[in-house]
Amino acid sequence: MSKPGVYPPIIDDPYADDVTQPFWDATQQGKLSCSKCRKCGTMLLPPQPRCYECQNDSFDWVELPGTGTVYSFTVVRHPLRPDLAEAVPYVSAVVELDGTQGAGARLLTNIVEVDVDKVRIGDKVKVRFDKISNALTVPRAVPAKPSPALSG
Amino acid sequence: MKDKTAVVGVGSTPYWKRGGSLPENEMSMACTAILAALDDAGLTVKDLDGFAIYSSSCDPAQVASVLGVPEVRFAATLTSGGGGSAGCIGLASAAIVSGQAEVVVSLMTLQQVGRRLGRTQTTGGPPVVPASPYGSGGVPPTYAFGAFSGLISPGHSFSILTQRHMHLYGTTREHLCEIAINQRANAIKRPTSIRKDPLTKDEYFNAQMLSDPLCLFDYTMESDGAIAVITTTAERARNCKQTPAYVMASANGGMGRWGPAIFNYFQQPDEYFASSGHRPVAKRMYEMAGIGPDDVDVALIYDHFSPMVLMQLEDYGFCGIGEGGPFIADGNIRLGGKIPVNTHGGHLSEAYIIGMTHVREAVEQVRGTAINQVPDCEIALVTGGPASLPVSGTLLRR
Repeated sequence: MSKPGVYPPIIDDPYADDVTQPFWDATQQGKLSCSKCRKCGTMLLPPQPRCYECQNDSFDWVELPGTGTVYSFTVVRHPLRPDLAEAVPYVSAVVELDGTQGAGARLLTNIVEVDVDKVRIGDKVKVRFDKISNALTVPRAVPAKPSPALSG
Repeated sequence: MKDKTAVVGVGSTPYWKRGGSLPENEMSMACTAILAALDDAGLTVKDLDGFAIYSSSCDPAQVASVLGVPEVRFAATLTSGGGGSAGCIGLASAAIVSGQAEVVVSLMTLQQVGRRLGRTQTTGGPPVVPASPYGSGGVPPTYAFGAFSGLISPGHSFSILTQRHMHLYGTTREHLCEIAINQRANAIKRPTSIRKDPLTKDEYFNAQMLSDPLCLFDYTMESDGAIAVITTTAERARNCKQTPAYVMASANGGMGRWGPAIFNYFQQPDEYFASSGHRPVAKRMYEMAGIGPDDVDVALIYDHFSPMVLMQLEDYGFCGIGEGGPFIADGNIRLGGKIPVNTHGGHLSEAYIIGMTHVREAVEQVRGTAINQVPDCEIALVTGGPASLPVSGTLLRR
């Protein structure tokens, strides 16, 4: 199951509530969506019960382009669990998503299909949707311009 | 609160490598540390009437009954984790200044036998412990949003902040290496230190990378041990056995949107993402004390990860924001430098008792009894965190 560079699934259910379920409904359709405050327009990811800017509690769901920029990252090289021995080294990243204000809607994700030694802050990435179970499809990131040696 | 209280007693168990404290247990270790701290001050359990702790570091109900404390008049904890280690002295002082208690103990007891602190997020499944004992439990609905990132330990999280700092300011691994080497050099002279072998640059650069850009020597070690300190009124302190370490100022907290910061949050605004989260706390602390960073003689800076020393040097104003790397490279943090840092060896080399070794060293520096004594030390800074808020800073003076 474990593939080099891919952090393996540890859950197969999104454990969603009414606030978060629309996000997972969208990923199952291959779409990245974001919660947007109806009052001030702040984008929130993960969605929360209140907007941190205006404390409003009503939101719309908007579709994002599914592209973004590496804000920061680490290359995890030491496996903290036995099942991670084949996954390391893998890249964990904080990605700022196009179509959002950045902070408040950053995506924490695993960047896959990438040479781990070549990842840099500022790299463009795009979201790929990986089906984990019938209930859960998750966004992982890949380089916007695929590395020829690693794609596929 | 300024100068109205003082730390008068310090006590501890030995420091052990993780698991080395057996057959002691948390209670026996807590009792040893508290009794030693009271004795250091020339006080007894009959004098003790308060508990001001952090991170729920002991259960005052149990400790008070085991030790036979006559009456507990105050028992409170700062929330979250190690960020409160310096701030619990402020909590003790607040209890004392407000007249609620007079002799207050703060402590940490750490025994990593059944559970390793650094692996708190690595169980391989969703969290089973609810955020509050009064909630309905279950897996938080936001959990799945971070569960596929692979960010599963504090080390991974601090690597993210460090990488960003390097990107913005040109900070390098050479800078982090100097932090590790400085602290090892200080630890070597102390009998309490767990790591006593000299650390060379070659060893640092040949060490295993755990999560880029951090290697083995950028991570704290894993230890067991207990440390307690006693705080009381300035008036009473003058009749205690030791030179009082007066509490000039103490502050805890942080920007609301620092929040859980490094624990699968990472939504802090740009202006303080690559920081220690301490800036607002530092400002309030200096204002309370009426001094600035130039007045501080020694800095005991919470160092679970070496880059957080660098970011705190910036946030506490010892150098400009983004200038921590060059500041360190110039030798400023060494004994004899502009601001000696972690003269006890810190978490990286002495022992990791979640910040309380730093409080102990601050007291010893102010008393003039430290092993790596800074000459004419008048004022010591001690910090707790970076972590989820509250983080904290305290100034002690002779």
